[in-house]
Amino acid sequence: MTNWIDRNIKWVFTMPAVIFVALMMVAPVGYTFWLSFHEWSMSNITPPLWVAFQNYLELFQDELFIKSLKLMFYFTIVAVTVETVLGVGLAILMNQNIVGKGLVKTLFLLPMVATPVAVGLIWVLIYEPNIGIANVFLEKIGLPGQEWLTSQNLVMPSLIFIDVWEWTPMIALIVLAGLVSLPKDPYEAAMIDGANTWQSFTKITLPLLKPTLYSAVLLRMIDALKTFDIIYATTQGGPGTSSQTINIYGYVLGFQYFKIGQASALLMVFFIIVLSISIFTILLRKRAGVNL
Amino acid sequence: MSGNKPSAIKSILTHAGVYLSLFLFLLPFLWMLLASFKTQVQILDTSKLFEITANFSNYISVFNEYSFLSFIWNSFIVGVGATVFGLILGLPAAYSIAKYKQEGLGLLILVARIVPGISFLIPWFIIFSKLQLIDTYTSLILSHMLVTMPFIIWVMIPFFEGLPHELEESARVDGCSIPSAFVRVMLPISGPGIVTSSILAFIFSWNNFMFSLILAGDNTKTLPIAVFNFISYSEINWGGLMAASVIITAPVLILALFAQKYIIAGLTGGSVKG
Repeated sequence: MTNWIDRNIKWVFTMPAVIFVALMMVAPVGYTFWLSFHEWSMSNITPPLWVAFQNYLELFQDELFIKSLKLMFYFTIVAVTVETVLGVGLAILMNQNIVGKGLVKTLFLLPMVATPVAVGLIWVLIYEPNIGIANVFLEKIGLPGQEWLTSQNLVMPSLIFIDVWEWTPMIALIVLAGLVSLPKDPYEAAMIDGANTWQSFTKITLPLLKPTLYSAVLLRMIDALKTFDIIYATTQGGPGTSSQTINIYGYVLGFQYFKIGQASALLMVFFIIVLSISIFTILLRKRAGVNL
Repeated sequence: MSGNKPSAIKSILTHAGVYLSLFLFLLPFLWMLLASFKTQVQILDTSKLFEITANFSNYISVFNEYSFLSFIWNSFIVGVGATVFGLILGLPAAYSIAKYKQEGLGLLILVARIVPGISFLIPWFIIFSKLQLIDTYTSLILSHMLVTMPFIIWVMIPFFEGLPHELEESARVDGCSIPSAFVRVMLPISGPGIVTSSILAFIFSWNNFMFSLILAGDNTKTLPIAVFNFISYSEINWGGLMAASVIITAPVLILALFAQKYIIAGLTGGSVKG
């Protein structure tokens, strides 16, 4: 027995985890796939009814679905771009001789580890039109107050701002780790050749930093596509459907309207989008010569 | 001498830039803390924005009126349960993946990180309802394990890769089987890695909102759900809400200080060492 275990140790050690992932993740996704071809309201009396591709056909004619897709991409692209630019800037600042750098790095971790629901609710207070500090500040400098989370036009930028606050430090700390490990020689050579700071940043730092940036952006993008907690805690997709990303729409369809079939079809599409974007970027990263 | 001046100015500007950004990033936390000590009247009066009072009534009401002690307990049980079982499944897997270079399995764990959690919410709800496990610690711990276990594996793979594997070989020469060499020799020298990965795993279970939203009920309501329920009242009790937010975030922030070295590695799936 002991011999058998030792000979097959790599399966004995990994199987429990693999079986767990299969039961809790693979099987449920399969079940969602099956449900996406049925019509059901989670009722015990009427079982799921086979409707073939009906749910998918309806989905692609559903304006709210198209809108939620656009909102998801809008949120992800803007948030990740801003976070990357600000994060790189912050990392370069922090890569100097800073008094108390260890403490600064530690404190910058706080936005990303704080409970997202609590973070969302703190921002609800900050954005509150009458008593929030955002409008108090605007009025102090002579600008009119805004309906941050309750106006159709401002709600997405306001939510993106929260995401930027939460995740810029992560990009900054990842990039900082990359900057620290960069070789010194190219910079000295560039200085001798008379390159200015901007030139050495674009010609040396950015190319050398590419692998690190790739990892940071990829990871942030995967999570940004799936943002749920902050949006649900602050607006639940509102006002109306102005901030209803695909993740929120799936939740609303499934657990508020109990349109299980349609929700499942939407979740399968969402699943495929997230997975294919992730695989595509991982492959791109491999081709760029970056290992995990 | 003349060369020193610009660099001194540069250093001052850099410090100003870093500390000002830090201040801006910490501002929402300061805001939360400040508001948690204010009465509703003080919060609603924006002319007294920075009036600081040491008023604990919000905290007292959070515990007395909203029975937060039971929510803290629920979050604690689920977090500890999900972490312990995550370790039991995750540590051997991480060790094997590290030692035998099972990259395919490593990839499976990466996929577990990529797949949107919402795509298994509906099946979970249906299956756990059938098994009558909604509103039980069992379903919450099982679902949170899908968060904790991958984290533990990601943080521990590079850690195990760095261990001297001769130790396992010499234990085996002394007659140990591989599992017992793993438990008696390898795990004890992995203490720091296990502690930090557990802290991280606990934090991510503590913070989890989406899974608990579906699976928790009146008996097992976790803190994120309890805090979220605050805004469903017609008039929001802002002081209470902020006190509740302090109560939920404070333990996480303190724990994070202990695991700080590994947080970036954990968040990035071990691809970046912080």
